[in-house]
Amino acid sequence: MLRLNNVEVVYDRTILVLRGVSLDVPTGRIVALLGSNGAGKSTTLKTISGILAPERGEVTAGTVELDGVRIDHREPADIVKHGVAQVMEGRRTFQLLTTEENLIAGAHTRRDKARIEQDKDLVYEYFPRLAERRGVKGGYLSGGEQQMLAIGRGLMSSPRILLLDEPSLGLAPMLVEEIFEIVQRLNRDQGMTVLLVEQNAAMALTIAQHGYIMENGRIVLDEDAEVLRNNEDIKEFYLGLSEAGGRRSYRDVKHYRRRKRWLS
Amino acid sequence: MEFLFDLTANGLLVGLMYSLVALGFVLIYKATSVINFAQGDLLMFAGYAAAVMTGGHGMPLWAMVLVLCAGMVVLGFVLERGILRPMVGQPVVSVIMVTIGLSFVLQGLVTIIWGASTRELALPVRFEPYIVGPVYISPINLVAAVIAILFLIGFGVFFTRSRLGVAMRAVADDQQASMVVGIKVPRVFALSWAIAGLAAAAGGIIWGNQIGVDTFLALVGLKVFPVVILGGLDSIGGAIIGGLLMGVIESLAAGYLDPLVGGGTKDFIPYVLMILVLFIRPYGFFGHETIERV
Repeated sequence: MLRLNNVEVVYDRTILVLRGVSLDVPTGRIVALLGSNGAGKSTTLKTISGILAPERGEVTAGTVELDGVRIDHREPADIVKHGVAQVMEGRRTFQLLTTEENLIAGAHTRRDKARIEQDKDLVYEYFPRLAERRGVKGGYLSGGEQQMLAIGRGLMSSPRILLLDEPSLGLAPMLVEEIFEIVQRLNRDQGMTVLLVEQNAAMALTIAQHGYIMENGRIVLDEDAEVLRNNEDIKEFYLGLSEAGGRRSYRDVKHYRRRKRWLS
Repeated sequence: MEFLFDLTANGLLVGLMYSLVALGFVLIYKATSVINFAQGDLLMFAGYAAAVMTGGHGMPLWAMVLVLCAGMVVLGFVLERGILRPMVGQPVVSVIMVTIGLSFVLQGLVTIIWGASTRELALPVRFEPYIVGPVYISPINLVAAVIAILFLIGFGVFFTRSRLGVAMRAVADDQQASMVVGIKVPRVFALSWAIAGLAAAAGGIIWGNQIGVDTFLALVGLKVFPVVILGGLDSIGGAIIGGLLMGVIESLAAGYLDPLVGGGTKDFIPYVLMILVLFIRPYGFFGHETIERV
């Protein structure tokens, strides 16, 4: 459904952040995009949504295709209309708007009033806690509720693919689990395609069917989630497990890592 | 005591007119973070246009209002497109200088087109005051207040009920997040200028009628600064309450202090108050409630 071909992104006309990223998200799947800080995961999502301009970023090469239609170099509103919804990192709910108004703003690109109401009810069904707090300003919701609201707001545009940027950020483990369960339910019941960016690799790989690992603006690994979960390197760097199962000194890992990179 | 009532009531009526002007200002600041020093000049421009249309050409009142409102909306759009849009992303000071420049250009423009002499902007309202107990209310003040209230209610409904109004508030809240949900941010910017133009049209008619139309009409715009500082630069409710407060304070100052010092207090008391407010609450009484989770 979503395909990136050799995408290059430059910030400020000088800093090459994405160095030819290619990835493929098939319809109805959950695909995880993993990597450490600064690898270019968020930039990849912003590229897809076409919102690099406020950060002075620019796509200099490659294409982004949704069902075979090119969506790079389009207006962000246009991309949303095409069926791409992004839930940005750090939730970014509208603080001074109520829960309900946040959802209404999420449906901004649509005109079909009756269907919007239906989708609103659906969001409240998935997140009953939001229904309880529909008149409360976004800023007064708890972190978990704000994350739910951000996802709900994304769903309001009736997307075909949902881009999630670190939904687990700053949340208690129990809430993380709850949110991941809902993402899984959305995928199963609604057939929602999901591209999931995460630091929490262990969690992401349990719900995703496929995973990409990014490093320094490149995709360095592209495997089934199952394979990634059992990959020794992944265990080492992302899941915090070592071969022996015991603890290892941080220095050893660093050394090992310096010696062995996937590419370069 | 009766004197106090009279002053307060009339102050409130005048205050509503301030609120209306402040609303245009707050709207632009809220949506686009631009401090528009030309709001008063837009109002003056509208006042001139209104006086010219009803004066020499003898256009009926309803036609004038229609043409003026439409014209000011278009002017707002054009100004945003032509002058403010290229300034997006530039330092705040540059943008402020642009609006100051715009203010002088508008002043020059009206003088060139319509001359500098004071014009009268007559409205078909009776002159004798209504007397309610101890309070004397001039009908024109009442009409102005009603217009202001209608506008304020209209804006209130627009911002809470309509899809576009909610989108405008969303943009004021978080621009990038608004883009992600598919709101066309540049369009919202243009819209906020258009609505500010509409507020200037209403303000131009009622203020032009009260104090006459010449370039001094633009000074009403300066009065707005104490109002919005009092209420908070980015709060619509604050603009309304700030305007009411300002009207009452001016009126009380004129009533009680003027006889003692020989007049003129109402022209500077608002600014004294503004400085005091800046000492205590730099973001105004109703300004940006930064919601922070602890």
